[in-house]
Amino acid sequence: MTITQSLFYFLAFVAIFSSLLVVTAKNPIHSVLYLILTFFTLTGEYILLNAQFIGIVNIIVYAGAIMVLFLFVIMLLNLNVESEPQKTNLMKFIGIITGGIGLVVLTAALKSTDPSNTVVIQEVDMGLVKNLGQVLFKEFLLPFEIVSILFLSAMVGAVLLARKETK
Amino acid sequence: MESALIIEKFLLITIVLVVSLVVAMYMTLVERRFAAFFQDRLGPNRAGPFGILQPLADGVKLFTKEEILPENANKLLFIMGPSLAMFTATISSAVIPWGRDLVFGDKVISLQVADINVGLLYIFGVVSLGVYGMMVGGWASNNKYSLLGTIRAASQSISYEIAMGMAIIALLMVTGTLSMRGIVDGQGSTLYGLKGTEGLGWNVFYQPVAFLIYLICMFAECNRTPFDLPECESELVAGYHTEHSSMKLGFYLFAEYINMFVSSAVISALFFGGYNFPGQEALANAGVASYWITLIGVGAFFCKIAFFLFFFVWVRWTIPRFRYDQLMRLGWNMLVPLAIANIGITGVVMYLTGHIN
Amino acid sequence: MLLLEQLPVNYAPVAFQFFVAVGFVVVTMLATHLIGPKRKTSDKLTPFESGVEVQGNARHPMSVKYFLVAILFVLFDVEVIFMYPWAVNFRELGILGMLEMFTFMIFLLLGFIYIIKKGALNWE
Repeated sequence: MTITQSLFYFLAFVAIFSSLLVVTAKNPIHSVLYLILTFFTLTGEYILLNAQFIGIVNIIVYAGAIMVLFLFVIMLLNLNVESEPQKTNLMKFIGIITGGIGLVVLTAALKSTDPSNTVVIQEVDMGLVKNLGQVLFKEFLLPFEIVSILFLSAMVGAVLLARKETK
Repeated sequence: MESALIIEKFLLITIVLVVSLVVAMYMTLVERRFAAFFQDRLGPNRAGPFGILQPLADGVKLFTKEEILPENANKLLFIMGPSLAMFTATISSAVIPWGRDLVFGDKVISLQVADINVGLLYIFGVVSLGVYGMMVGGWASNNKYSLLGTIRAASQSISYEIAMGMAIIALLMVTGTLSMRGIVDGQGSTLYGLKGTEGLGWNVFYQPVAFLIYLICMFAECNRTPFDLPECESELVAGYHTEHSSMKLGFYLFAEYINMFVSSAVISALFFGGYNFPGQEALANAGVASYWITLIGVGAFFCKIAFFLFFFVWVRWTIPRFRYDQLMRLGWNMLVPLAIANIGITGVVMYLTGHIN
Repeated sequence: MLLLEQLPVNYAPVAFQFFVAVGFVVVTMLATHLIGPKRKTSDKLTPFESGVEVQGNARHPMSVKYFLVAILFVLFDVEVIFMYPWAVNFRELGILGMLEMFTFMIFLLLGFIYIIKKGALNWE
């Protein structure tokens, strides 16, 4: 096994282990911290594939921005034990059904994929920011511009959500 | 990677860590001495000549104090907060180029821990992680002052990250690379093509507005006056670290000073030419050995860092603290539009001057 | 630009720095834990509230404004991320790329003006 391969398996193991801890941790703040660890291992995997820009963006956006939002939400919620909503049997039933559907979809998706040679990089400098920009602003121009409209609607939605609370 | 290179890197990492710790320690003394100077008093001058042993005494004191874990706190997260703050402060220096390659005969020593293609984004990522130390530690304290400080710290630093990122975009349009070494090396040329200005082509002369925005955001990210609302003692006792004692408190304070040191280094590298200094071409042409030029460059870099560290102190004892709504208005309503306008103007000017077609 | 040099191995020193930083933090934390005295009294262990007896739990729900700031931060942060590949390629993409990005930024500005006009970021 080469160094790259062993690093890949190590990072993959940590990623799966810490994402299991995200689900099982009792304290939601611990869950958030484990999720950040998961994102770090994923960044490691991206860097092993030489997708440097995506790797670092994964840290900035997911670990640095979205998880801050999660922490905010958890801190803004009332986390005392007595106010914890009780899980009824109906809720549990719905949870099992949706989880099962998710599992079916994932297995189906996994079955239809071809096994790829995981740790062999096809084109070494594919994921560099220079080449990424060339592709993004030439081939994927329309999706890129549509994303800006998506952002606009998200901003409007966020402002409306927060205003409802104050009135 | 061969083992000699690995040892070299570990040595460099240790040196950088020690230097940043020593600078952080002595910044506390410098800060207090300057505070005393601004307020016409003497400041700490008893421990050793001119008080130079004062930081050591402070360090020993912090180490030997009792550590208190409040009974209502989440013990693990309470310890994790300052550890995370210190961790993020110490990893951010990995991509800063401290100087050119040192060349002794055929031996080349790189004075940068890691020359990565996305160096600037790495610093950005670490800065955005810096907020966790405060959030986790402050929330775990289960103290009202800490929680208020935490929430303030987090929303302040995320607000100013936006303007910071947009200021950097305008800078990148000029430099065209995200590598820290690439950005610094790009500033070694002439200023506006004028003769005799080799080594003075600093980005601050091309992007003054981006520099100003970045400077303000740097103060906000380091939680320094006038942006020190997360720890303003008149309202929040000590903000997010009210409950922390002994070295846990020390970690928070040290992390703040290390962050000051690293951000001074980053702003010097991005806007003030890093290790470039005027006259470097003349020295090279006069036949001075390249390692001397490298060492003078490192010295020039540290002079620039020292200036920004002094600037931090200077501002602290000059400008009063903002109110919270003023802080938010400055960040969102003024700096963000200014940064967007800066991007637009940079683009148009570069088009009109024929840099793009 | 030498593309051959942009390999994952360049990130190895960053990993080393992570190890050194973790080692430093853990060793210092352990040292201070071992060195410091331990004389715990119940008064020391209560949260500090300016010397007044503690009133209730500190974990209150906070103003929704902070939450809104965090959401808007995520949105703007992702927008800024989209600008990085453009800014690095600014010279290569030329005037066409600039117009593409300005279109993108007009939508960003529209959203921003909406936020300001709605007073979503007013803290009075």
